[in-house]
Amino acid sequence: MSVYSMFSWCENSAIGESIRASLWLFPVIESFHLLALAVMGGAVLMVCLRMFGYGIQNAPVEQLWRDTWPYLMGSLVVLLVSGGLLFTSEATKLYDHGAFWFKMASLALAILFTFTVQRKVVLSGNAGPGSSKLVALITVLLWAGVGIGGRWIGFS
Amino acid sequence: MSLLGFCQWLEGQQWSVQLHESLWAYPIIESVHVLTLCLFMGLAVMLDLRLLGVAMVKTPVSEVERRLLPWTIAGFAVMVVSGVLLFYAIPVKTYLNIFFRIKSILLILAGINVFIFHTTIDRKKQEWDLSPVPPLQARVTAAVSLTLWSIIIVAGRMIAYNWFDKQA
Repeated sequence: MSVYSMFSWCENSAIGESIRASLWLFPVIESFHLLALAVMGGAVLMVCLRMFGYGIQNAPVEQLWRDTWPYLMGSLVVLLVSGGLLFTSEATKLYDHGAFWFKMASLALAILFTFTVQRKVVLSGNAGPGSSKLVALITVLLWAGVGIGGRWIGFS
Repeated sequence: MSLLGFCQWLEGQQWSVQLHESLWAYPIIESVHVLTLCLFMGLAVMLDLRLLGVAMVKTPVSEVERRLLPWTIAGFAVMVVSGVLLFYAIPVKTYLNIFFRIKSILLILAGINVFIFHTTIDRKKQEWDLSPVPPLQARVTAAVSLTLWSIIIVAGRMIAYNWFDKQA
């Protein structure tokens, strides 16, 4: 089964059909996508700002990571579910959209980097300021790529 | 001059037309407006969660405010500038949009909420700075803030739809 036929199957599924047929389902799902984006941005920035040396200083970065973890995970789940639903409503259009593939590539890299390198550096507790800053910069840039790619999907 | 008249005058301006018709400027400003949500709303949510007593409960409220407020204020400034430019590009249609009007009213309410907080309970912060769960008034402020900003985001997104537009 080719990728395109998989996309086409999603679009013709009952979920894709109902979202397309409804006037308000798409914007409502997109609103949840945006709300979760804001929360996730906050969770990511809390840890990254601290790694840059600008965030909350009197708590160790491991504690900030643990404090924001539920919000990072919760918002990521909402983003993935709402994003998946939005995807099904226009999958074949997205197949031909460069911004969609840019977003998916950034997303894969951002998730991978956050839950391997950043997590390890944060929880090790002994990263130098230079490597902390570099890891924070890469994390922010990867997630920004996801956001910019996502916004760009809307411009076609 | 009525508000509508003012918007019509704005819409006739050369820069407004150029911004509306620009290939890159408008989408870039809109992207900045949406993505700054992460900085402004994201960190405001974190501060609100601390004020609710559900996140970062071991960190003093004063530390959370001191480190986060400069970022949320900077983020808010970017939001206002980019938002004003987006309005300037499409004034009349936006003015007549019900979601824009809802958003405008809620923005004022959110401002009042912040003002009340900073001029009352926040002044006495040394009394509850270390409390895992701040006093009721602080928690109410945070709950009102989270509610208002969530509706503001949804209303902002809905400005793209003209379902209930008034006619000029």
